[in-house]
Formats: sequence, structure tokens, C-alpha cells
Amino acid sequence: MSVHRPEGLSDVFMEPTEAPAAPPTLPTLGLVGWLRWAWRQLTSMRVALLLLMLLAAAAVPGTVWPQRAQDTTAVAEYLTDHPTTGPWLDRLGFFDVYSSVWFSAIYLLLFVSLVGCILPRTKVHLAGVRGRPPRAPRRFARFPAQGSGRADAPPAQVADDAVAVLRGGWRWLPFVPTYRVDTRDEGDGTVAVSAERGYLRETGNLVFHLALVGLLVSVATGQVLHYRGQAIVVQGRGFANAQVDYDTFEQGTAFTPSSLVPFTLRLDEFESRFDPVTLQSRDFTAHVTLTNPGEEPVEETIKVNHPLDAGGAKVYLQGNGYAPDITVRDASGEVAFSGPTPFLPQDEVYTSRGVVKVPDVSGDQEQIGLVGYLLPTVDVRETAFGPAYASVNPQPDDPALVLAVWEGNLGLDTGVPQNVYELDEARMTQLMEDDDKPVTLVVKPGETVDLPDGRGTLTFNDLPRYVALDLRHDPALPFVLVFALLAFAGLSTSLFAPRRRLWLRLAPEDGRTVVTAAGLARGDDVGLQPELDRVLAQTLARTTDRPPVAPRDPTSGEATP
Amino acid sequence: MTTGDLSTLLVWGAATAFTIALIAYSVDLARIADRSQKRVPQAALVGGRPATAVAGSEAQSAPGRSVRAEGIARSTTLLGLVLLFAGIVLRGIAAGRWPTANMYEFTLVGVFVAVLVLTIVQRRRVIAFVGVVVMGISVLALVLALNAFYIQADQVQPALQSYWLILHVGVAITATGIFTVAFATSVLQVLRSFREEALASVDAPAVTVGSAAPPRSDRFRRWVGGPRFGWLEQVPGSRELEALSFRLNAVAFVLWTLTLIGGAIWAEHAWGRYWGWDPKEVGTFVAWVVYAAYLHARTTRGWNGRRASYFVFVGYGVVLANFTVVNIVVPGKHSYGGV
Repeated sequence: MSVHRPEGLSDVFMEPTEAPAAPPTLPTLGLVGWLRWAWRQLTSMRVALLLLMLLAAAAVPGTVWPQRAQDTTAVAEYLTDHPTTGPWLDRLGFFDVYSSVWFSAIYLLLFVSLVGCILPRTKVHLAGVRGRPPRAPRRFARFPAQGSGRADAPPAQVADDAVAVLRGGWRWLPFVPTYRVDTRDEGDGTVAVSAERGYLRETGNLVFHLALVGLLVSVATGQVLHYRGQAIVVQGRGFANAQVDYDTFEQGTAFTPSSLVPFTLRLDEFESRFDPVTLQSRDFTAHVTLTNPGEEPVEETIKVNHPLDAGGAKVYLQGNGYAPDITVRDASGEVAFSGPTPFLPQDEVYTSRGVVKVPDVSGDQEQIGLVGYLLPTVDVRETAFGPAYASVNPQPDDPALVLAVWEGNLGLDTGVPQNVYELDEARMTQLMEDDDKPVTLVVKPGETVDLPDGRGTLTFNDLPRYVALDLRHDPALPFVLVFALLAFAGLSTSLFAPRRRLWLRLAPEDGRTVVTAAGLARGDDVGLQPELDRVLAQTLARTTDRPPVAPRDPTSGEATP
Repeated sequence: MTTGDLSTLLVWGAATAFTIALIAYSVDLARIADRSQKRVPQAALVGGRPATAVAGSEAQSAPGRSVRAEGIARSTTLLGLVLLFAGIVLRGIAAGRWPTANMYEFTLVGVFVAVLVLTIVQRRRVIAFVGVVVMGISVLALVLALNAFYIQADQVQPALQSYWLILHVGVAITATGIFTVAFATSVLQVLRSFREEALASVDAPAVTVGSAAPPRSDRFRRWVGGPRFGWLEQVPGSRELEALSFRLNAVAFVLWTLTLIGGAIWAEHAWGRYWGWDPKEVGTFVAWVVYAAYLHARTTRGWNGRRASYFVFVGYGVVLANFTVVNIVVPGKHSYGGV
């Protein structure tokens, strides 16, 4: 019988037990021959090993160079800092390592190799599970575990005892036989007992590898079907789960807008807690009201490690900050701008940077841009260059806005998409004091200050908070988890379930029985010899416990001389 | 004195105890080396037959080992373990949470696991060399932790407030500790295997004479086979060591897999994606792949035995780099609490 065996796999259970077949002849290889040769190479153990090491090596550049998937700005910075090597690295995919051609090629080849190796093995294993344990080899001398003994009963009776001992259940799991046993009459009154256990080991191995394939397929499916959106929601306001309501939106190739369940989410309140001494963050809680379509609104909370399930997606709390509510009136007293503007926190004490763009001035006045910082708890220090403002606490104990004023054309109608957190200064000029120092407005909540030279007023109404929400929908998530856990279970079984074969040969000698035994295990198995000794001792003990034919020679297998 | 200070004091005590244990193990090793050097011809004779060297390791269990040094090593190791355990518990009490949130605490618990596994492996028979390697790494790690990684015991930021801090980080630390002992065993196995080979070729010189110029590996083999490495006669055979290293690596590999899966689940909860090629994730993945390659190499013809254990060296190197370099040098989502 010839079974498929991956090239180079060293496995005592698959080695041919008898002499090898005729020496290989070298026929000329046709196209089919070459293909077969290539396939055997690809599915060989050595190539699997090589691909594994290649995969490990190929994953490293992703931590050495910045990656677009994580940090686009770092990549852009790197490209400007390294004008010669940068573009080449870019062309070779070093900034998108994990989606690059070479990385994908390695893991796809690895999976092809895996499938080509595992499927035939599964077939062999299924046949093995259905078949009988392998026939006892002629000579036991070369096996790692051996034993022998003598019994007073005839071989057939000892064989029955051996079968009973081998079929005895697991100590911790009754009714499940430990070994599958087969007895064969070898002629001349000699009986051979073959036993095998630990099919679970190979099963676990196969389950592990197949689960890895399942994992890859699930991850790929998730990539194709997923969507992900980010939205900033100010306290007291809400957003709807629609593509237009997101600040950024990313989708898989097979995404359909119908998978967006049109729920709405409103931020009622945001709580934060900081360590009073170190000022490090301790707790963030967003209290929201979720309204699913056709349902009553429900109050929910979102915390950092506790995303909210909404409409088949998960809503994560990814950031938070302050969105000062400002009203700007122009020279004619008309409201030119009013509402909260999110400022981005820059450090641990929430020194937040933001831009307020005021395009809707009446008449032919210049548009106004306000750039500056929000300081949740302001601390003023007098320096030689004038007062310096700094935040000393992330909580809004004594907030202040410190703003510079620009005027001109904001460039909002140029058609080029603008970053809301940056002011396009190309067509703007900064307003200066008489002594050529920039105009600096310092406003606290409830206060109103004048813009320079009668350009209008600015009122700091209130300081609501905002949260940055990250919403993700990945229908393949349960499958990813199941396959990962399957792989884990398979791996554990394949590494820790012992696979053993035991053989006993019972030969008649003057009305008694000479018992010889041998054992073989897959991999290193310190328990093999003790197990063989146990089986031998118990078998012989059963025989002598019976109504004795001739009570001599007590128990146990003596060591071979 | 606050609870946190007491914890630091206990850790210093543990470091001292481990240093004494390291010295005791070294004395033991030196004594064994010394004795075996004096009895070179005999040792070569015993080792000359690979069959006895492999199977009969029990027979040559104690040529010239120092019982006193071993006793001191054993007791100071236990004392250090108790002190370190108390230090870790007090650290947790001082911070009011599970003590695996930063590099300092990670190192403490990792050293604890490594020394605990060492104690379990050595419960029947002391292998001085493994003791020296594991204790050396442990003392170095503890002193480094106390001087470079130390930060005040404190609560953690919201991203770390999860029971996964116990599961994911705890399992990762345990795996690292076991990998450490397995690494030491593999180093010993490689040395021992070279010596066995060298002594076997003394018996059958025709094999080496056959090749014209002795390659460099041959010179190394002769060096390890020489009297300087006579102490290797004291350790178990290379096959036995390989089996021990495999068992440890297998346990650690399963735990490492659990670290990956647990990390992915936690990342899904905290960061909104289960896998994002964060530097730490990449490092863990690379180590996993290397150890997977090790498991495959063991069952590949021509790669099993000594060659497979080179994968263990690479894998352990990746594990260490993933813990140190990635935490300190590379910015990523796993950089918490300073260092």
C-alpha cells in the first residue's frame, strides 16, 4: 500500500515499516511530470519551513518603516526626509508591507502548501480511523519500548486479557476505550495483538491547519464586507448612521449601503476622571441615547473597553475633547457664525488646538479665521515677551480661549477639500497690533470681546464636550473567533495527546505463553515505556488471577536480557 | 514606608537571593568542570559510546558535583521566589489592580515564572548549567527592571481597565518565562550534542579523516569535545534535553497562541479591530511563526535534532526583542505607562 506522504516529513507512523521499494528510476519528465514535481516541492516540509521563515522575515519591515495603514502622515514625512530612497521603498511596497505583492505571495504560497499537505493527510487519517490498527511487525528489537514476560494460560486466553486491559477506559473518562485493538492469528498457535491510541493527535493537527485556512478566509470575507466610519459628536447633538454623517468612511469592495442600519445616536453627557496628582486619565464614559429605527430611544453608555452594539455594528469611544461654543458677529452686528467647534487635544492636560472659520460675513467684509488654543484650566505667566498661557489641568476648571485672528479669503469655495482643523493661510493675513505683535484674543465662558478695529465681536457661550466615535461593522467577526478557537483547540490536542502503538505477540511454549511486547510513539514520549510496562503487568496479573492452571511464576514482565 | 516601597525592597531582596543562587550554581558548574577535566580519559571513554551517553545518563549522574553549592542554590532560589512573590502581591495592592500593566511589573512576573519553571524542572535533578543561564537572565532582568523600567505603582489608563489585562498579559508573561527555560535547555542540548558527536568520532576516526580539510564546525566540535567541556558529561543526554526543551516550548507555544487570540479579542474591544499590524502584534506574530517553524523542523528529515533548536534561538531572540526593543524604541499602541 502506498500512501501519500509530504516530502521530507519525518514521522515514524508514516515511515514504510518494511524495506523500501525498488530504487527510483529516473524517467524523463514531461510537462505533467514537471508540474507534479513542482507540486511535490511546494507541498514538501522543507519548502513549508522555508516559507514560514520567509513570512517571519517579511513581517519585520512593517515595524521598521512607517505604514500607510496606521500612520499616513509619518509615511509622508519619511518621503520628504528621504527623497532618494523613499520613492524606491514606496515602489517596493515597504510602506504597505502587509498588503504588498511579496508579502501576499508568501502567505498565499504558504497556504497553498498547507492545503496541498493537509488534504491528502486528512484522507490518509480518515482511512486510518476506519481501518484496523497496523499489523504487528515481525521483529520488536528496533522499537523504542520493549517488554516481555511469561503467562501460564494459553495464548488465546492471554490475548483476551490483553484486549480487556487495552480496552479499559481512561481513568478520568469512563466508557471510552483507550486503545483500538485488533488480534490476528499468526499461525502455529501464535496470536498478535495490535493496539493504537491517540487518533486525536492527528485529528488535532489537521483541525489546526484547516482552521488556519478558515481563519484566512474569514478575515478576507470580513475585509470585503466591512465598513468603518468615524464621527465627532458634540454633547447635546447626534448623528445618524449614514455615510454622509461620517467624517471619514471606509468600506470593503462588496459593501452595500443597505448594511448601514439607520439608527441615530445622541451624546447626552460625557464624564471624565483624571488622577489628581499625575493628571493621567482614569475613566471616560459617554452617556448616549440610541434610537434604532422603529424603536423607542434607549439610554446607553460607551466606555473605552466597552463598545456599544448598535445596528449590527460596534461603536467605540476612540477620543474626546472640548468643542467651545462661539458666536461671532460681524461689523454690522449680524451673527456670522454660531455653534460648537471641536478642538483637538494635543497633550495630557488637553491643550486643544482648533480653527474657527467664519465665512458668512455680511456685505463685502473680509472673511474671518480664528486660530488658537483652548486651555481647560488656564494658568497665566508673565514673561519678557508678554503673558504666556498654559493649561494645568485637563478638567474645565477655569477654561479660556486664546485665539489669533486672520482675515481674507478662507478658500472654502475653491472646490479643493479642506482640513477643518487647519486654516488655509494662502489668501489670509494675520491681524497685528500697532506694535507689530499679533492680535491675541483671550476669552472666558460668558465673556464677549471685540474683534480689532470694529470688525465685530466674539462671544464664548459655553464649553460642551465632544467624543470621537469609531463605528465598525464586520459580519465575519464570529467566524474569525470560532476558527481562531478551533485552531487553538486543535493545536493543544496535537501537541499534548499522546499517539502510541503497542503490540503484543503471544507465542505458545510447553503449554505456557511467552509474551513479547513493543511500543512506538509519535514524537518523544516519556510515558511510552511505563505504559507498555503497565499493560504487560496488568495482562499477566489478570491471567494469574484466574483459576490457575498451574500456579507458578508470579507477575510482571522482566526486562529483556 | 508605603506598600509600594516595601514591594520594591522585597524585589531587591529577591534579586540578591537570585544572585547568591547564580553564584552557587556557577560554583557547582565549575566544580563539575574541574573534576571532569581531571578525569578526561575516563570521561572520554564513557562518552565514547553514544549508546551509554544517551541511555545511561542516570548512571553518571554525579561526577564531582558540589552538594553544598547545590543546597545553597536550591534554598536561595526558593527564598528568592517567596520574596519576589510577596513583592509582586504588594505591588498589586499598592497599585490597587493586577500587577501586569507596565514593563517593570511584566519583568517581575516573567522572572517569577521563569524561576518557578526552573524549580519544577530541577525538582529531581539539578542541572547546574540551566540554573546558571536562567538565573543569569533573571538577575539581569530584575536589576534592569529596578533601575531602568521602574515606575511608581499607580492605577492605569482606561484602555488597560479590562480583565484581559490579567488574561492576555498574564499568559504572555508565563509563556515568556517558559520560553526562557526552554531556551537554556536548547543551548545545553546543542553543546551536549556537539560533544556526543565529537566523542563518537574519536571512536571512529575514519569518518573525520575521510574529509580532507576539517571545516570550522569540526573545530568547534573538537573544542566542545575537549576537556574544557567535561562538565557536559554531568547533564542528561542530548535526546533527553531535546525532549525536555520540546515539551517546554510546546507548552509555551500554546500559551503564546492564547496570547495572540486573547490580544486580538481585547484589541477588538478596545481599539475596534482585532488585528492592525501594530509593532507589538507584528513581533508576537513573528515569534509565533518562528516557533511554528521550530515545531515543523522537528518533524522534517534532516532538520530535526540540533538544527531544529537553532529555531529556538531565533524565536527566543524575537520574544526578547519584542519585549524590549518594540516597547522602548518603536512607537505603537502597546506603549503604555512610560516604559
